[in-house]
Amino acid sequence: MAINEQYRICPATGLRVYRSAENLIKANAVIAIIFLAIGGLFGLMVALTRWKAVHLLPAEWFYLVLTAHGLNVLVVWIIFFEVAVLYFASAVLLGCRLATPRIAWAGFALMLIGAVMINIAVLQGHSSVLFTAYVPLKAAPHFYLGYILFAVGALIGCFIFFGTLVIAKQERTYEGSVPLVTFGAVTAAIIAVFTIASGAIILIPTFLWSIGLVSHIDTLMYRTVFWAFGHSSQQINVAAHISVWYLIAAVTLGAKPLSEKVSRFAFLLYILFLQLASAHHLLVDPGISSEWKIFNTSYAMYLAVLGSMIHGLTVPGSIEAAQRRKGYTNGLFEWLRKAPWGNPAFSGMFISLILFGFLGGISGVVMGVEQINLIIHNTIYVVGHFHATVVAGTTLAFMALTYLLIPLIFQRELILPGWARAQPYLFGLGVTGISLFMMGAGTLGVPRRHWDISLADAVLPYDFPGAANLMMGLNGISALLAGLGGIIFIVVAVGSVFFGKRITLAEAKPDKPEAAVVAKYGSAETPAVPGTMVLVAVFFTTFVLYYYVNWKYLAEIWPLR
Amino acid sequence: MSISPPQEKLWWNEPIPKSELIWIIVGFIWGLIMFFMMIYWHAVGEQNLSNEAYRITAEDFAARTNTMIEKYKVRDEAGFPVVHPPPGSDVYLIARLWQWWPILELEKDQSYRLHISSMDWLHGFSLQPVNINLQIHPGYEMVLTAKPDKAGEYGIVCNEFCGIGHHTMVGRMYVIEK
Repeated sequence: MAINEQYRICPATGLRVYRSAENLIKANAVIAIIFLAIGGLFGLMVALTRWKAVHLLPAEWFYLVLTAHGLNVLVVWIIFFEVAVLYFASAVLLGCRLATPRIAWAGFALMLIGAVMINIAVLQGHSSVLFTAYVPLKAAPHFYLGYILFAVGALIGCFIFFGTLVIAKQERTYEGSVPLVTFGAVTAAIIAVFTIASGAIILIPTFLWSIGLVSHIDTLMYRTVFWAFGHSSQQINVAAHISVWYLIAAVTLGAKPLSEKVSRFAFLLYILFLQLASAHHLLVDPGISSEWKIFNTSYAMYLAVLGSMIHGLTVPGSIEAAQRRKGYTNGLFEWLRKAPWGNPAFSGMFISLILFGFLGGISGVVMGVEQINLIIHNTIYVVGHFHATVVAGTTLAFMALTYLLIPLIFQRELILPGWARAQPYLFGLGVTGISLFMMGAGTLGVPRRHWDISLADAVLPYDFPGAANLMMGLNGISALLAGLGGIIFIVVAVGSVFFGKRITLAEAKPDKPEAAVVAKYGSAETPAVPGTMVLVAVFFTTFVLYYYVNWKYLAEIWPLR
Repeated sequence: MSISPPQEKLWWNEPIPKSELIWIIVGFIWGLIMFFMMIYWHAVGEQNLSNEAYRITAEDFAARTNTMIEKYKVRDEAGFPVVHPPPGSDVYLIARLWQWWPILELEKDQSYRLHISSMDWLHGFSLQPVNINLQIHPGYEMVLTAKPDKAGEYGIVCNEFCGIGHHTMVGRMYVIEK
């Protein structure tokens, strides 16, 4: 019986780790990282093509590589890693066996087959339709089929996760409520089910269209439903990487939430006000009313944004509280100065938090304003925004988590610890450049998804301002930095998994004191977090100023009505 | 810790720390302000996208555009007709693989009802350097009233990927002083 399955007790954290869960986490994480390497390499080629002085690829190759870049990193890397996170947050954190590991392996196989199929279709050259695959651009049928198989595999992963929660409850492997990190993972999985359902609604007919069984697909319908899939999947990422922030803060510093209620409520807001996420992609499309756009981008009160703003306080707040409990109480920021900046898991997590909030969060809200979208839609500003959210936010958080998983799950020490220590800074710096320079170029009108902004082949030429070319060049240099950070990550992660020194029971470092820090909840026992309040005040000021600066920019364009 | 079940089983009864409460209130009010800002701009702002759009076939839209071109063509330029329609009139712009057709010549500070539609795939209307961006669909005619307020030569770049010739799809628009 599976119930008698083998497990081990992790000596560092005291967590019970079952063999089946461990193997699946390993497999999903390793495959994820391989696809990150592939997709990242394609990304570097994209950035080097858009750097005018280099202009690496010819046009046909550029769109092919851009398609491969988007799919491999935005879909394959992130979702494989998220499945690993789901299994970790259920089986490992609850000390429970994984539900139906064989079916979980079947899901894994489907995802892998799907991912390989997509890549084959794209590399064959007749499926350069980009990540969005907007009709009437037509890809090869196995492109859509690969997409669908991958999604079915991911859906199976979600249900394995839910099943594991049920088993943990029935077998009473924990008492009371699930941990906050698991709760966050639950929100991610619920959003994932909605997302994948939307994906099925749009991709299955498109697949049938590609083999000739459906005659016509309306472009506006496609964009509306596609983004219910395409953007909701970013909401999964947000819920997942915020859970990872809490997880890393807990493992490295023993942080506990300032209040369970507030942090869980903030996760709940993501589910309840998961914006009908297609809305803010359609702000300048014809045939959709302003009322629909305004209501659905904001749900009247921007409550999903409120959820993220709350996490923006509670994550650093929980770190500050943990540090103050340890005695780092001098001034406003001693807790931050004396944080473990040399631990790549912590530094990666904190850099991810800052960049996601300041760059990704603020820009996302601003460009999602109905009218302001007029000066941003489909410019490369959009690309700058989502590199701040998906690369600086999600990818860097997952990289940081990998540094924790290697000793915990793979039971190996990190090779090249010095390189690992520098990696989050290097990668963070590169992504900051990528995001800021692309946003800057976007405000100068540079289009996204464009092979040649010198427009040299056009009959009627147009010259973008020189600053735009400068920004795209700086973007290329930043991409090289981020690429270097990415390569170091891959080398350290893969090298450690296969060649790192095995951690044996005797050698395991007793990081236990962190885990032993327990305190009851309640404001009396939670130290005040003045440093965090200063941080969020700075954030809020930036947010408000930047928001109104963009209204000012908007007011300068031609009157339209 | 965040990775273990809450210490206090009735965690939902715990009071909320003041720091969090303040931040939630600030965030909530800010959300309301941002929501009403969009509505406010519809009332007083001058840059709002119209809600006017129609379903139309490519043939119909092309026919209307050609009628306008025949009536108001003033010259040719690089193989494109340049059209100078009277202020206040309906002007048409075709997006197709890989052209913006024709070249429009408008007068400064005059309003025009601009109709845009695609003949084939999705395109992105990106008017430079003013940086006005619209999504152009086949089968849908978008109608908006625009009032150019600066004279000059404008480029119309396509910013929605439309196949291998995407980067050659550049149009032109003139705004002249009258």
